[in-house]
Amino acid sequence: MLTVEKLTKNFTLHILNGKRIEACKDVSFTVPKGGFLGLAGPSGAGKSTVLKCLYRTYLPCSGSILYESASGATVDLANLNDRAILDIRTKEIGYVSQFLKVIPRVSALDLVMEPILERNGVSVEEARERASGLLKRLRIPSHLFDAYPATFSGGEQQRVNIARAVSWKPRLLLLDEPTASLDTGSVGIVMEILKELRQEGTTMIGIFHDTDLLESVTDAVHRIC
Amino acid sequence: MEPLIRIRGLSKQFGQGCERCLDATGPEHDTNLCRYCGSVMACNDVSFDLYRNEALGIVGESGSGKSTLVRLLHFEWEASGGTVELHRSAGLDNLTDLFEANSDYSRNLLGLTHFQKRQIRNALMGIVYQNPHLGLRMQVSSGGNIAERLLGAGWRNIARMRERSAELLEKTEIPVARMDEPPCNFSGGMQQRVQIAKALSNKPLILFLDEVTTGLDLSVQARVLDLIRNLRNEFKLSMLVVSHDLGVINLLCQRTMVMKAGRVVEAGLTDQILQDPQHRYTQLLVASQL
Repeated sequence: MLTVEKLTKNFTLHILNGKRIEACKDVSFTVPKGGFLGLAGPSGAGKSTVLKCLYRTYLPCSGSILYESASGATVDLANLNDRAILDIRTKEIGYVSQFLKVIPRVSALDLVMEPILERNGVSVEEARERASGLLKRLRIPSHLFDAYPATFSGGEQQRVNIARAVSWKPRLLLLDEPTASLDTGSVGIVMEILKELRQEGTTMIGIFHDTDLLESVTDAVHRIC
Repeated sequence: MEPLIRIRGLSKQFGQGCERCLDATGPEHDTNLCRYCGSVMACNDVSFDLYRNEALGIVGESGSGKSTLVRLLHFEWEASGGTVELHRSAGLDNLTDLFEANSDYSRNLLGLTHFQKRQIRNALMGIVYQNPHLGLRMQVSSGGNIAERLLGAGWRNIARMRERSAELLEKTEIPVARMDEPPCNFSGGMQQRVQIAKALSNKPLILFLDEVTTGLDLSVQARVLDLIRNLRNEFKLSMLVVSHDLGVINLLCQRTMVMKAGRVVEAGLTDQILQDPQHRYTQLLVASQL
């Protein structure tokens, strides 16, 4: 479903007199439909850079990212136009960052409901039910549902972040160390949710620092060094 | 989907201009002032598409041409060059001569008469200025301010206009009991919200927001932004959001253009502009953010 070929990303920092930083070079891999690819490698190897290139938060310098979209057409995410990227992002691709970047003054429940409402075309009641079910499952106490996640603990924030990304069942899910700030119990729950999501057909690419975890949940590992 | 409005090569020049104006101005010279003839290239060769129900951000420092761009599109200033074309789906078929029979896009709006421009503005556009004095008559009641705009859009029934004003003021969190007070009695944040109510009164398709939160204190800023976010979802507006505050842009816009010395130096997805800025100036802007 996704074929990355010779993906290269450099940063040219004009404010440091054009200093060049090589973030990743000639990265190639393939992920079949329904597969779960783990990205491994030491800190600074460019794992997150690859994910951000796939989501187009970073503009790749060269190489291609061929993605087979739901419509059946294959598009190159490396140079697709902005509007088309936004369209694919809203309909198909989810991204879990390492930390929750909250929209201020939006409650936890609304944060999780929003993508369901926007993308799944269900009623407000159903969206609320699904969102609160997911938050409950992730052990967010129900009295926090209407509170702002900015005031939550790090682990709670991250669980809201995960809930928000998986709630609408994206077709492709990019995970950037989703479990780094979670305790073991929560990690288990998250893994269960990811497993269910895969059974429903979501393809995943993930970065996990925990090697055991990496090997237990993914079905292939690509090493970047 | 096709863009609601197509803008190509939009330019605004103050002064007579000379052959060397274009080469002597721009981001690489860090000025929009031509040193040969003294003309100011306030806005030069700006092209972009605005789609339905999308918020496009424009960032840049003071004097980069952001507000000029808005004033040109709102027909307040006469452009020196360029085209602005409207998609047929905007629903202005009653305006004669605007669309040619076999084309999806209108004639160049910049070439229309003042009267036609005003018709289009009244039917399609709303604007919120940084300074409420520009958007409101300070001595006229808030309800009257909104009614003025409704009159322009063809409303005639007083009772219905009052009803609509009350409804809009309620949406923008102004106590309806105060709708007969003039905005000069209100705080800055309230004035801004009356301005938003006025801008939305004719159900515009396109809303221009020119530094709407600049100068408001933080909690008021937050309420105005919340309001805009909710209204965008409710009214399915296309918005052009001008701001020098990257936080505002990040909150409201999916796509962003960066302007410098009258030209667009970079355009892209907002998260990409903020996390992987390409142009020297954008990098400086992002690195300068607190």
